[in-house]
Amino acid sequence: MNIEALLLSIRLALCVSAILFVIGVPLGYWLAYSRWRWKFLLEAVVALPLVLPPTVLGFYMLLAMGPRGPLGKLWQAAFGHGLAFTFAGLVIASVLYSLPFAVQPLIASFETVDRKLLDASAVLGAGRMRTFLRVILPLSVPGIVTALVLSFAHTLGEFGVVLMVGGNLAGITRTVSIDIYDRVQSLDYASAGRTALLLLVISFAVLSAVYGINRRAFRRAWLPWAAK
Amino acid sequence: MGREMTSRALAARVQKSFSGDAAQRFLLDLDVEVSPGITILFGPSGAGKSTLLDCIAGLTQPDAGRIAIDGEALFDSDKNVNVAPQSRRVAYVFQTLALFPHMTVESNVAYGLPDGPDTTKDARLAEILQMFRVEKLRGRKPREISGGEKQRVALARSLVTLPRVLLLDEPLTGLDAGLKASIIDDLRAWNAVHKIPILYVTHSREEVDALGERVIALDHGEIVSEGTPREVLDAPRRRRLAQAAGFENLLSGTVLDLREPDGVMRVRLADATCEIEVPLGHAAPGDQVRIAIRAGDILLATEAPRALSARNVLEGKIISLERRGTLVAARVDCGAIFTVHVTPGAERTLELAAEKKVWLVLKTHSCHFVEG
Repeated sequence: MNIEALLLSIRLALCVSAILFVIGVPLGYWLAYSRWRWKFLLEAVVALPLVLPPTVLGFYMLLAMGPRGPLGKLWQAAFGHGLAFTFAGLVIASVLYSLPFAVQPLIASFETVDRKLLDASAVLGAGRMRTFLRVILPLSVPGIVTALVLSFAHTLGEFGVVLMVGGNLAGITRTVSIDIYDRVQSLDYASAGRTALLLLVISFAVLSAVYGINRRAFRRAWLPWAAK
Repeated sequence: MGREMTSRALAARVQKSFSGDAAQRFLLDLDVEVSPGITILFGPSGAGKSTLLDCIAGLTQPDAGRIAIDGEALFDSDKNVNVAPQSRRVAYVFQTLALFPHMTVESNVAYGLPDGPDTTKDARLAEILQMFRVEKLRGRKPREISGGEKQRVALARSLVTLPRVLLLDEPLTGLDAGLKASIIDDLRAWNAVHKIPILYVTHSREEVDALGERVIALDHGEIVSEGTPREVLDAPRRRRLAQAAGFENLLSGTVLDLREPDGVMRVRLADATCEIEVPLGHAAPGDQVRIAIRAGDILLATEAPRALSARNVLEGKIISLERRGTLVAARVDCGAIFTVHVTPGAERTLELAAEKKVWLVLKTHSCHFVEG
């Protein structure tokens, strides 16, 4: 069992979830409330990773991050080393790959907030920021939790994108899913089985904990109000 | 319009059209001035009442016009003025109340108060909670309080910000009369001190009677009449308004002749042989007109009445009787079908039943001539 790979995967998933929260909340807000006529184009872009094979996404990311790609050049200029096959590169690719899993639950929960509450907030003198922080965000807690958990879980389980942009460098880019693949390739089924089982247990524990909490939050914050 | 601007008044001249298919095309086109005190905005649903409030609050933008408080423009299409809703200081209580479900009563009411240390803030909060009798509910969530209490909280939340105008969109729907009256009393007490214009939207005739102040009647996006509740409700000029105002009988007919010295005209009701005498209106013999009569203004007799001052006595037959709360609605066929309200007591003593022969008595001045 490769603890190093497991810890690397968890570290990657945590980084990605945190970044997706920061990007996803304003993006989700904009997608939920904007009346821009070309909004659907951005919605399609956000949803792309849902339908693209991870290898296709990974391929383009690899090109962009390579020494001659725009992202790679920028990174080289800023930090003095390349982006491909590094942990940072892996984080960037994973953020893109898990974007819809964070943004879509956020849009869904922002959209279900009763518009009359937003009107009420405005006529009581609150600007958009205050309305967002005091009304929309607290009423969207279940959606936010869902977004964080899905980002985390989806990143923990990703394989194709990591293989394309991360390669297989122990301690840097060798995540747990790659490690399991490696073991199977070298016919070390026992070790692959232990790691796989551990990943299964962790994933199930995290998801059930979150759904349990979410269910209570859902009841508390939503149901009585919906049934009013 | 040569009107003198009252101080602290709300003036709104609003034009707004809604695109849609031709049948649904709707135009709001009106000019109102609301003085301090309660003004009732009355009309059937779809008349444009809520749209007017949305325009005043800034939640909807008129196509053209000017909205001002104390002469200060909130919206002016000529000068490109459009103040954001949060900067208008116009309070608005929605029909759904829109209390924040995740906040306590106290946080709801304090929502509109500015953040930060302010010693007057707590005092204002305590004062308004007490004034609207909700101080004991401070720690409760909206779902834990009753309908009437919610309405009180919504009013307190709106008024604690010291708005310049208060808009109420059917806020007391669904409350019994006693509860309604006590909330209105508290609102009046608050406004005795602050003296702001309050625009109260309702489609309920009872509420208009109960509030008893100035009424503006709206239909199809236009003002159709203005004045005291009696003036507005008793002289409907439009059919839909007549229905909204509780005229259960709306009959079409043809003018037979005008008797100007008597101030009356005779009208033959459509598809019927019966003729009735109604007050003189702007009509000529042969014109198609509509006559509105309240079900409660018609007398019902089981024997042919004689020696009456009422000019209209119609013979007919009861079609059906229906108990509605404390009254009985009788449908009577006199050639034209009338709805008549009688008390359950009268139903028993007169032994009313379907097929029974009856006479209806209509005073001339209970028959209202309706335009169009």
